[in-house]
Amino acid sequence: MSKRLKLIFSVLAISIAIYAPQLSAEEKYTANECFERFSRGTLKFNQGLDKAIFKPIAKGYRALPVPIRSGTSNFVNNLRSLLTFSNNVLQGDFKGAGNTAGRFAINTTVGILGFFDPAAKMGFEKKGREDFGQTLGVWGADTGCYFILPILGPTTTRDAFGLVGNVFIDPFYQLTHNTETDIVIGNENLSEHNYYYYRGTDAVDFRSKNIESLESLEKNSIDFYASIKSLYLQNRSQKISNSPISGKSQDDSDWEEIDNQ
Amino acid sequence: MKRIILSFLLLFIITISVKQSALAYSSDPKKFIEEIIEEAKVVLSSGSSQDIKAKELSKIAIKTVDVQGLAYYTLGKKRKEINPEELEKYKNLFEKYFLKSFTSRLTDYSDPKIDVLSSETVSDKYTIVKTMLLKTSKKPEVKIDWRVYTKNPEKPLIRDLIVEGLSLARTQKEEFASILSSNNNDINVLFETLENFINK
Repeated sequence: MSKRLKLIFSVLAISIAIYAPQLSAEEKYTANECFERFSRGTLKFNQGLDKAIFKPIAKGYRALPVPIRSGTSNFVNNLRSLLTFSNNVLQGDFKGAGNTAGRFAINTTVGILGFFDPAAKMGFEKKGREDFGQTLGVWGADTGCYFILPILGPTTTRDAFGLVGNVFIDPFYQLTHNTETDIVIGNENLSEHNYYYYRGTDAVDFRSKNIESLESLEKNSIDFYASIKSLYLQNRSQKISNSPISGKSQDDSDWEEIDNQ
Repeated sequence: MKRIILSFLLLFIITISVKQSALAYSSDPKKFIEEIIEEAKVVLSSGSSQDIKAKELSKIAIKTVDVQGLAYYTLGKKRKEINPEELEKYKNLFEKYFLKSFTSRLTDYSDPKIDVLSSETVSDKYTIVKTMLLKTSKKPEVKIDWRVYTKNPEKPLIRDLIVEGLSLARTQKEEFASILSSNNNDINVLFETLENFINK
């Protein structure tokens, strides 16, 4: 990434952090439809692609013995925790950052490059992933439009911006793409394609864990597009607030009206 | 003769009360969910056909889920705009739709292992019962929170399932809202969509 791009991105991120309106939980959860026809078309395209390529790969991956899948999953999760660490810091969650750093140090060494997760047994709890879209949400940025990207799936304006931001703050991306660091830390063998192998494996691992749940959702939805949208926005909302939509946090005004009928 | 009549009467009362206690669920939300899970497990692990399993699960759902409340909730504000006949038609269609969708999701599991972890009373109307669907070699573990409506403490009812923090009632409501908004808010399109799902 050029220095000019980095500068533009940093200015934009800081501007969002300063000027973003403070939104209520309900406002953060909703998003406008801006390109619904395009998004519905893209969803169909993605479903076709998934059926032809991603699902068969995920099924093949699932045929591997459990210890191999579990080790692979741990390995990619360990690398992914570097991005979580950057976002923990940007969100001012220093306790979370300590936990993430502790987990990474233990699992990379004692856990043999992250294939095992001894950190969990040592009191470093496995927590959810953080990304730059969530960080922007924590800073108060509005969700913006909801739309579906080819291959990458559902997103919002904020999260799409976050996808770009992830590249700048992911230490593993920087290690594999920044030639300046090669000489300093001796990572000449850590070339760019390693980053894409890791991202691809992470996607296959995720898909393999959700084969039945996605099949069931597709089979039982009367509007699959709307279901995906609702689940995506709920998921993002709870990830930003770091608390599940449950009991206390649910908006009960509609239920109360029903009860009083 | 009097003794025989009394014996029959006593036997009748005992039979009725045993039957009643077998049918009734606990008023304690945590036990209520435990009982439902146990009942569903028996059905799902039986060697019966998918159709029979679906019928048995439907019977459990009718007794334990606030289906009418869910029908109103998922229709959102639209319920105030339609006439009583349309509302009645919607309620009937929703019940059929809900039972088919609900049982279809469950019959995918042949032997689910669910741990009931804890319960939390969040208000005088709601208790959240936390459970965990244990992981298998294929699927990761899944947190499921059951939102139990306890306004009538003697008869708790399920109003929502929150799977990994995602509310299924809310998802359903937004699905219906999407169908309505894409079709000029025409309730007949929703009826048609529900009928198509029920009959497929």
